Amino acid sequence: MLKLEVRPQPSKLMAVASPLLALALTVLLGIGLFLLLGKDPLRGLQMFFWEPIKSAYAWSELGVKATPLVLIALGLAVCFRSNVWNIGAEGQFIVGACCAGWVAMQADAGSSRLIVVWILLAGALGGMAWAAITALLRDRFNANEILVSLMLVYVAEQLLGYLVYGPWKDPKGYNFPQTITFLAVSKIPRLVDGWRVNIGVLIAFASVLMFWVLLFRTYMGFQLQVGGLAPAAARYAGFSSRRALWTALLLSGGMAGLAGGLEAAGPLGQLTPYVPAGYGFAAIIVAFVGRLHPVGIVFSAILMSMFYIGGELAQSRLGLPKSLTGVFQGLLLFTLLACDTLIHYRLRWAARPSAATVSGVA
Amino acid sequence: MEGIALLLAATLNAGTVLAIAGLGLLINERAGIVNLGAEGLMLVAAIAGFATAVHTGNDWLAFAAGAGAGALMAMVFGVLVIWLNTNQYAAGLALSLFGAGFSAFVGIRYAQEKLSERARFEIPLLSDIPLLGSALFKQHPMVYFAMALAAGLAWFLYRSRAGLVLRAVGESPESAHALGYPVRRIRLAAVMVGGALCGIAGAYVSVVYTSLWVEGMIAGKGWIALALTTFATWRPARVLLGAYLFGGVTMLQFHLQGQGVEVASQLLSMLPYLSTIVVLVLISRNAGFIRINMPA
Repeated sequence: MLKLEVRPQPSKLMAVASPLLALALTVLLGIGLFLLLGKDPLRGLQMFFWEPIKSAYAWSELGVKATPLVLIALGLAVCFRSNVWNIGAEGQFIVGACCAGWVAMQADAGSSRLIVVWILLAGALGGMAWAAITALLRDRFNANEILVSLMLVYVAEQLLGYLVYGPWKDPKGYNFPQTITFLAVSKIPRLVDGWRVNIGVLIAFASVLMFWVLLFRTYMGFQLQVGGLAPAAARYAGFSSRRALWTALLLSGGMAGLAGGLEAAGPLGQLTPYVPAGYGFAAIIVAFVGRLHPVGIVFSAILMSMFYIGGELAQSRLGLPKSLTGVFQGLLLFTLLACDTLIHYRLRWAARPSAATVSGVA
Repeated sequence: MEGIALLLAATLNAGTVLAIAGLGLLINERAGIVNLGAEGLMLVAAIAGFATAVHTGNDWLAFAAGAGAGALMAMVFGVLVIWLNTNQYAAGLALSLFGAGFSAFVGIRYAQEKLSERARFEIPLLSDIPLLGSALFKQHPMVYFAMALAAGLAWFLYRSRAGLVLRAVGESPESAHALGYPVRRIRLAAVMVGGALCGIAGAYVSVVYTSLWVEGMIAGKGWIALALTTFATWRPARVLLGAYLFGGVTMLQFHLQGQGVEVASQLLSMLPYLSTIVVLVLISRNAGFIRINMPA
């Protein structure tokens, strides 16, 4: 029978190969799913893996989707590396979008273009404030951050609903639950005329660099990671676990809020109940598939964006539900976690289990 | 008075979902496994149960389908966590995300279906008591199942040998292993039983509670059930009590909306989630209390 054997050292090769293996497995499962639904699997795969990258315009759309994913996942990577489980990025994204939206609505004909800076700042601060609730309750009252941050997602959704159905509703909007369309001056500047991709992409790339430096070239990043890998060692070294908690949550909340601001004042251009698009949850997958590494996150965010666009195309061209995206995203994380076992263990074929090889307790 | 009886009846009904799921998660956690996939698992079970009810018209088959779906998904999770040593938080999240996508994908063709009102089970004589009778003794059988489950689980955990082994596996896996108990298999069994119970709870939501399928309809109940186990400090009776408390808050919110209270409905809809946070804070504040009661 097959058995797992601990490797003397974690395999560096497998750390890189595991996401690729997981992707291959996901594609195989996808082919099976398409066959089951009676669709041509080749056409299906084309929607997911070729259409989203075949032209420069397609890449612009890919950038629109990948930008929030990269920004949120960078923050989450810091969280997960410091063993802080912030699952509520979606809520921080929504509150960021609300705060940014409020600033955007204050713009009038005489506003300067600099208002965009304030919009993004408001977004980041909003996300930070929302994450700070989780940090405070964890720090002061020891309340589980997973559950608190997740509950706050539902609260944030209702808050957004309250604002767009109530005080912020556009009086000339035919009673639709939406705010006014933001003035052109408060929209995030686009990179190329006619394409939706905006300067958010540049912010994302700059953030990748900053997070790489933070994680691997600063003392603070070192402290955070030690705290996550070996809490006892961190305590012995005198690294404050409270500071790590606050740093990780405020950073990730700020990044999610910034992404929310970019989304609200960018592709959306107004606030509606449909601001939450699941980026906060998808970014969890992005962070893991990207090995919690800033550069890896860029690649996995592009892949995850292909799933988003592929799902939309599968809906419009093949008549399949858009939720196919969620199925593939979930499958990818599942297969990745399974493949990750191979980093620390190798498979061995044991003729038959003898007393000496009976595996011990996990 | 009639209003209070109705509110009480609705509270028991709403609390049942949380009670069954919470008790299932309690079994998991007593065996030393935290399943963050409860939400996704309940969503998949909800659509599995709903589809079965639509095609067969039989509620019991629907609950069986929900339980089966829950156990199957929990098994995948269990194998990942117990045999492949995957981080259980990450694996649970994967289950939740996959469940949300998969249930939406499968459920799209059932979005238009509506089941008829489910029959209620009347306990003879007792249901004739004025006010209390209709509130307490005219419920769906699953409501009584939840109560029986809590009692049965309390007996199992504290009065039976198998329950002792389960707690040992959770609290000191090394000792249990040294005594010759198959720790991994016991854990997998616990995870699957817990998953099946979450599945029954999920099916209850779609088949009985709302009698229709809506994407993402579990709306955080899986996560609230997880919070409930902490709130109850891992005791079955307290899980049941907590479930009715949360059920009451949910119902109070609808009640207030129905009464035309001058507060936006969105703000009232925050109540169940905010009260979960408040309760978590109150119970976690005393770190020593949690540590004494916490399994593993």
